[in-house]
Amino acid sequence: MPADFNWAIGGEAGDGIDSTGKIFAQALSRAGRHVFTSKDFASRIRGGYTAYKVRTSVDQVQSVVDRLDVLIALTPRTIDENLDELHEGSVIVYDGERTTMQGVEIPEGMVGLDVPLQSIAEEKGGAIMRNVVALGAACAVADFPIEHLDSSLEKRFGGKGQAIVDNNKEAARAGRDYVHENYDHEFDYDLETTDNDYVLLNGDEAIGMGALAAGCRFYAGYPITPATDVMEYLTGRIEQYGGHVVQAEDELAAINLALGGARAGARAMTATSGPGIDLMTETFGLIATSETPLVIVDVMRSGPSTGMPTKQEQGDLNQMVYGGHGEIPRFTLAPTTVAECFHKTVEAFNLAEKYQTPVYLASDLAMAVTEQTFAPEEFDMDAVEIDRGKVVDDDTIGEWQNEKEQFKPHALTDDGVSPRSFPGTSGGAHMSTGLEHDELGRRTEDTDMRVEQVDKRNRKVETAQEREPWAYREFGDTDSGNLVISWGSNEGAMVEAIDFLEEEGIDVHFISVPYIFPRPDLSEVIEDADDVIVVECNNTGQFADILEHDALTRVKRVNKYNGVRFKADELAEDIKETLSQEITA
Amino acid sequence: MSSDVRFTDFKSDKQPTWCPGCGDFGTMNGMMKALANTGNDPDNTFVVAGIGCSGKIGTYMHSYAMHGVHGRALPVGAGVKMANPDLEVMVAGGDGDGYSIGAGHFVHAVRRNVDMTYVVMDNRIYGLTKGQASPTSREDFETSTTPEGPKQPPVNPMALALAAGATFIAQSFSSDAMRHAEIVQEAIEHDGFGFVNVFSPCVTFNDVDTYDYFRDNLVDLAEDDDYDRHDYNEAKDRILDASKEYQGVIYQNENSVPYEEQHGLTENMSEIPDGAPEDAMDLVREFY
Repeated sequence: MPADFNWAIGGEAGDGIDSTGKIFAQALSRAGRHVFTSKDFASRIRGGYTAYKVRTSVDQVQSVVDRLDVLIALTPRTIDENLDELHEGSVIVYDGERTTMQGVEIPEGMVGLDVPLQSIAEEKGGAIMRNVVALGAACAVADFPIEHLDSSLEKRFGGKGQAIVDNNKEAARAGRDYVHENYDHEFDYDLETTDNDYVLLNGDEAIGMGALAAGCRFYAGYPITPATDVMEYLTGRIEQYGGHVVQAEDELAAINLALGGARAGARAMTATSGPGIDLMTETFGLIATSETPLVIVDVMRSGPSTGMPTKQEQGDLNQMVYGGHGEIPRFTLAPTTVAECFHKTVEAFNLAEKYQTPVYLASDLAMAVTEQTFAPEEFDMDAVEIDRGKVVDDDTIGEWQNEKEQFKPHALTDDGVSPRSFPGTSGGAHMSTGLEHDELGRRTEDTDMRVEQVDKRNRKVETAQEREPWAYREFGDTDSGNLVISWGSNEGAMVEAIDFLEEEGIDVHFISVPYIFPRPDLSEVIEDADDVIVVECNNTGQFADILEHDALTRVKRVNKYNGVRFKADELAEDIKETLSQEITA
Repeated sequence: MSSDVRFTDFKSDKQPTWCPGCGDFGTMNGMMKALANTGNDPDNTFVVAGIGCSGKIGTYMHSYAMHGVHGRALPVGAGVKMANPDLEVMVAGGDGDGYSIGAGHFVHAVRRNVDMTYVVMDNRIYGLTKGQASPTSREDFETSTTPEGPKQPPVNPMALALAAGATFIAQSFSSDAMRHAEIVQEAIEHDGFGFVNVFSPCVTFNDVDTYDYFRDNLVDLAEDDDYDRHDYNEAKDRILDASKEYQGVIYQNENSVPYEEQHGLTENMSEIPDGAPEDAMDLVREFY
């Protein structure tokens, strides 16, 4: 019997699949078992096929697998959709009295449990509880004490009154009893419980919680799958800390509202997915040029265009690293687990303010829809540090004023970081603009000042590269010549894949990278490996391209960016000089 | 906030590059006077400007300011005000910025009713790109890109605002300096979104909607003792009356409750603790 148990409930959208799955996942978590959930869903409110899958083990689970042990099938299609994952001995719970399920064929070698879910539910108080009856039946199969469902049922139905809670508890027990009474099959499962306390949350919730921990007070967004959960999490919670969530008319407005909040001095954030990132890219250059700290979350989904809105892809990396006209200094972070969504969000706010630069936080659908268990200590609020960077107040502003007492928000400093004065600070009034500007923030087309401001903005990234750790995580055999690199949410699957590979006698050294730009220098470790494989959820290998680019050292560069085109005689001189230089980039 | 602020305190030391005679000079002066008259000073004032000739205004004024992306000034202004309701927020832009590329934001800013002022310098032309039709250009107005006129009716910004649920709609003329400043001042004093469409003639590219045209055709509602700005239907009739150009406060909803008040926003959100909030572990426990 494998250490993990894989369970799913599937039916049509509108059947209550999600809430039923969540009740089971929560019950397992409260029973001290680790849980990793996933969803199959479509972009529709009713109909179609949707499923909620739960993988559980006493040890931590970090990925989905292609194996399903128990399936509650509310529709025949649910069985068809999961044929590849079902195996000999898999148990399928269904209601043979339901019109659509009459005469349904249970694939050979699998165990069909025909349980009159609806009739039992009606007997216990209402047909609406049929999924809970099914949960009870699944508990009987898995030998999971039904009492563990109780607190999760209370959490789900508590608001509707004790009678409803009690009915549901009874419905679950009736489902369990029906299986015990009507089937004498020996099921090979035993869901052991522990005394451990776990919390169960998804990536979007972890990002929202990270934002609150980091002092985010202003969120502007426009609903989009799979980022909406960030906004819904913050709504109702951020207000307790004096903050606000505003639903904008579109993503163009969302990012500009957030920009306004940030200019007023609030830690501000917006979250969206690919189509929203396209629109927000319009304002991205302004945020960077005006040196405004802002956190932009991209919960990626399958593109391009509307693509497959409810499916996984890590296709926006190039957009986040290169998107926008002109050259835009930026940071791009990619948390590698649900828990890291929390930590990297906190870090994103600090980076944004320390370097007065927009920060992309790249999450994805796989993380957004995965509910995963963690020890609560994983989210240690006492360890959260807030660094607001170079903020001046009424007392210190004088150091950053010119002889006419004008504040210099874009002062040319050694580290590239300029002072920041929040509106309301005396003597700090200044212009922020998307135009190239001087130290005071006033427009300029002066060629020297242009170059100085471009260099200064880029210097912030160089400073950050030197000062920040840009740490990555390593797994497997670090001495192995087989190097696997991935970014973002693939970490869990790869960590478990190492075990599968080990069984076949294959060692790998796995590096999981949470920083896309800037990023750790991996050129040496790549050079030293025998084989290098970059794993990512996209077609072209966008991160692989970047790593190959990093390793390329043949090219010397001649650049000009003061607003004037190349002139022939000057260019000849540049070429001559560059030929004699060592390669730097 | 100091009481001895003069309107020139809102002037920067940057000289405007507007054409001599441009209506935007008068529009800006009126804005600065209105800000000073309402007891504001540059350090508690945030001006957001759009793109175009009008968008340059933030550079010529002295205050906290943002010169943003074309058409997106209104959401920036709303974000500033929500994050720090103590600030005086004024958004300025042109007819292209507000009624064309930013028309969507205009409608929603009106609905949202954030307590700020929106001054649109309406010259019925695209000036900075050297004379193309704008959304308020006349149907037969010949330009380089519309040689026989746009052949579509101009946007009626006040009708758009009224339909979107505006609580304050006004119109002024940049050349009538005193009235313009008074009207902007009323917009600032209004509890909610104070919208002022300012006729701000382009002397270089618009030879139809000129100073003379507005001088000859403008009807000042302040001179009509019977006019009741709180009467929605009366306002609607004036706004839809294409035969006249009105100056003054055309509509004001006495019961306006600004967005910030509706949502209980009173705090300056720039102030946060040095670490996670004290009770932050409660957020974690919610996930048990």
